[in-house]
Amino acid sequence: MAAPSAALSMSRVINPFWRGRVGNTVKVRQNATFMSYLGWSVDIMLQPPPAKYGGRHTVTLIPGDGIGPELLSHVREVFRFSCVPVDFEVVHVNSADETENDINNAITAIRRNGVALKGNIETNHNMMPSVKSRNNLLRTSLDLFANVMHCQSLPGVQTRHKNIDIMIIRENTEGEYSSLEHESVSGVVESLKIITRNNSFRIADYAFQLAREKGRRRVTAVHKANIMKLGDGLFLQCCREVASGYPDITFDSMIVDNTTMQLVSKPQQFDVMVMPNLYGNVVSNVCAGLVGGPGLVPGANYGRDYAVFETATRNTGKSIANRNIANPTAMLLASCMMLDHLKLHDHASSIRNAVLTTMNETRLHTADIGGQGTTSEVVQSVMRIIQSKGQLTAEL
Amino acid sequence: MSGTMAAALRGSLVTLVKGLSGPRWQHLASRPLSLSSSLSGAEPPPARADATFKVTMVPGDGVGPELMTAVKEVFKAGDVPVEFEEFHLSEVQNMASEEKLEQVLTSMKNNKVAIKGKIHTPMEFKGELASYEMRLRRKLDLFANVVHVNSLPGYNTRHNNLDLVIIREQTEGEYSSLEHESVSGVIECLKIITREKSRRIAKFAFDYATKKGRNKVTAVHKANIMKLGDGLFLQSCAEVAQLYPKIKYENIIIDNCCMQLVQNPYQFDVLVMPNLYGNIIDNLAAGLVGGAGVVPGESYSAEYAVFETGARHPFAQAVGRNIANPTAMLLSAANMLRHLNLEYHSQMVSDAVKRVIKQGKVRTRDLGGYCTTGDFVHAIVENLTHPPLTAKQRL
Repeated sequence: MAAPSAALSMSRVINPFWRGRVGNTVKVRQNATFMSYLGWSVDIMLQPPPAKYGGRHTVTLIPGDGIGPELLSHVREVFRFSCVPVDFEVVHVNSADETENDINNAITAIRRNGVALKGNIETNHNMMPSVKSRNNLLRTSLDLFANVMHCQSLPGVQTRHKNIDIMIIRENTEGEYSSLEHESVSGVVESLKIITRNNSFRIADYAFQLAREKGRRRVTAVHKANIMKLGDGLFLQCCREVASGYPDITFDSMIVDNTTMQLVSKPQQFDVMVMPNLYGNVVSNVCAGLVGGPGLVPGANYGRDYAVFETATRNTGKSIANRNIANPTAMLLASCMMLDHLKLHDHASSIRNAVLTTMNETRLHTADIGGQGTTSEVVQSVMRIIQSKGQLTAEL
Repeated sequence: MSGTMAAALRGSLVTLVKGLSGPRWQHLASRPLSLSSSLSGAEPPPARADATFKVTMVPGDGVGPELMTAVKEVFKAGDVPVEFEEFHLSEVQNMASEEKLEQVLTSMKNNKVAIKGKIHTPMEFKGELASYEMRLRRKLDLFANVVHVNSLPGYNTRHNNLDLVIIREQTEGEYSSLEHESVSGVIECLKIITREKSRRIAKFAFDYATKKGRNKVTAVHKANIMKLGDGLFLQSCAEVAQLYPKIKYENIIIDNCCMQLVQNPYQFDVLVMPNLYGNIIDNLAAGLVGGAGVVPGESYSAEYAVFETGARHPFAQAVGRNIANPTAMLLSAANMLRHLNLEYHSQMVSDAVKRVIKQGKVRTRDLGGYCTTGDFVHAIVENLTHPPLTAKQRL
């Protein structure tokens, strides 16, 4: 009896060390000799295959706070109804917990499944400054460097601007979100914004590849290099260098303040946009607002090994939680992006079409876009449309 | 003389193992960056005709066809929306050919799911080391075999309330089909253990445990004798275990495991092991709860799932005598329905089977009854009409 428990405590000691290394494989390769010096073979660090057996996938589900749990339970209901071969491993993260146990547990779960669908986890500003944002911690430790959202006008939704079709690609792991802040002299706080050549190249290349895949014409880099000449200057320079490798795609750049003004006055001029972390946060919220609000737009975070799907603007929605009025569209569309990522394209398009039909033809809208419908009415309508399209379904 | 031979052999084996493990794992690791849906190659659309699932059926030898008839009867009575594509593949009835195997594979590629009886492998050597059963397994890369050994309420055995899962690697190990006569009178059989496959089966076991809410995974090995081969398997399991901090990980040597299983099987939860040990433990554990006729099994690759009986026996002496026990195949079919998302129908079939066994009136000979296969199936069909048990009743 003593031997197994000793082995267990042993693995606990090793575990955090191992966990810390797995994400950043580039570093691991460089450290190969160091690792073998420690008695670890190098391929321990490599990523094991995703949890897919007999055609069924296991996906980590993090309900989060606010409207997250109800939206995700609707997603599960729709998945069950349309016989999607996906099983969920539900991992709860308690936002009131000051330790990092819960979030580490969630991160490990994503490491073994490869893919996650998540509601936003609330960040309490009153907690100790050492308590970092759980969402940010998850993105950085899994190295989910690219945040992608696609803002498209829906014909069924009344908005000020029509025909918006913008893809926003945001660097997700560095910049202003470095969590490096200190008080150098009493009364003086320094927050460090980090821009690295590696990560800027990586995100720029990602943006151009995506633009080419999707048949887009133009990529706009958003920056503030007139003020942050070195930091944003480096980002801009990296984008330019990458652009030279894509002669078929036009490249231009725009300063962030002007970008926001242009977005609200003439958003149709934009095609694909690439930017560092904080600008991405601001610009994506502006864009989501332009097409109808936070309840409509899905978002995805991609890294080399893992992918996490959520709503684009990452709102917790505490004020409308448990009132059956939240708009399920964004989360349902995020789940479709996830199904596409898992190559279950048939299921993805069937659910996506049903959601868009509910929006544009049935025009069953929730209160946030001026309708009278409840969350569950929208979900019911989506399921009815899936059924009417002749897709194989389980009982209602 | 023999020393140099062995050394040479060892050398070639090492390169073989290296060749197997290195590049493919690398490939898995550097999966292409997922940009968007359209970047990744599309998979063929799932096969479906109007609201029915298509499933490949390979009845196999011995009582296999009789068991399949039972499954079809029960499905028909229960109005289960499943359509079978039947293929008769057999090595002993002169029905095996490359063409036939190809047909089964094509059908599997479309349907992804199959239900299968045992394809009997004759003992004598006819120039082909790998049996059809093995080749099917390899072609589909069905690396994981799962046998859930669960006592049937109402049927008393030496150990009641047993609930353990045996997970077996079934594409390498002793089943490599690599045997040769190095010197006249000396045969060498190669047992192959690779890191890639060991980690894959270990991860499968832990993923299974996570999915089914189990708490412990035990690796079964013989690393005290096969220090390198089984040692690698054991090391791979320990590495994978670190990704699952909430699941307890232990290991046990195969001989001790067998003894513990017959003395105190309750100590085990999920067991994971290489090929041959799995074969033995599967049969041993099936014997604990009532024999080959009552324990369902399933095999998985990343893409495909094959449902079969837990202990794979053709049971040829029972052919045509109407005495085979269809319990295992029916429970396996119920598991298949669950895999297809037909939760309701799955519950209906498995509840009916369990209800008939619990009532104890209709039992086949292997469970000490006097009824025929036909009577048993009939009793199950009768019980299908009842509404499924509620969660409380099931407990």
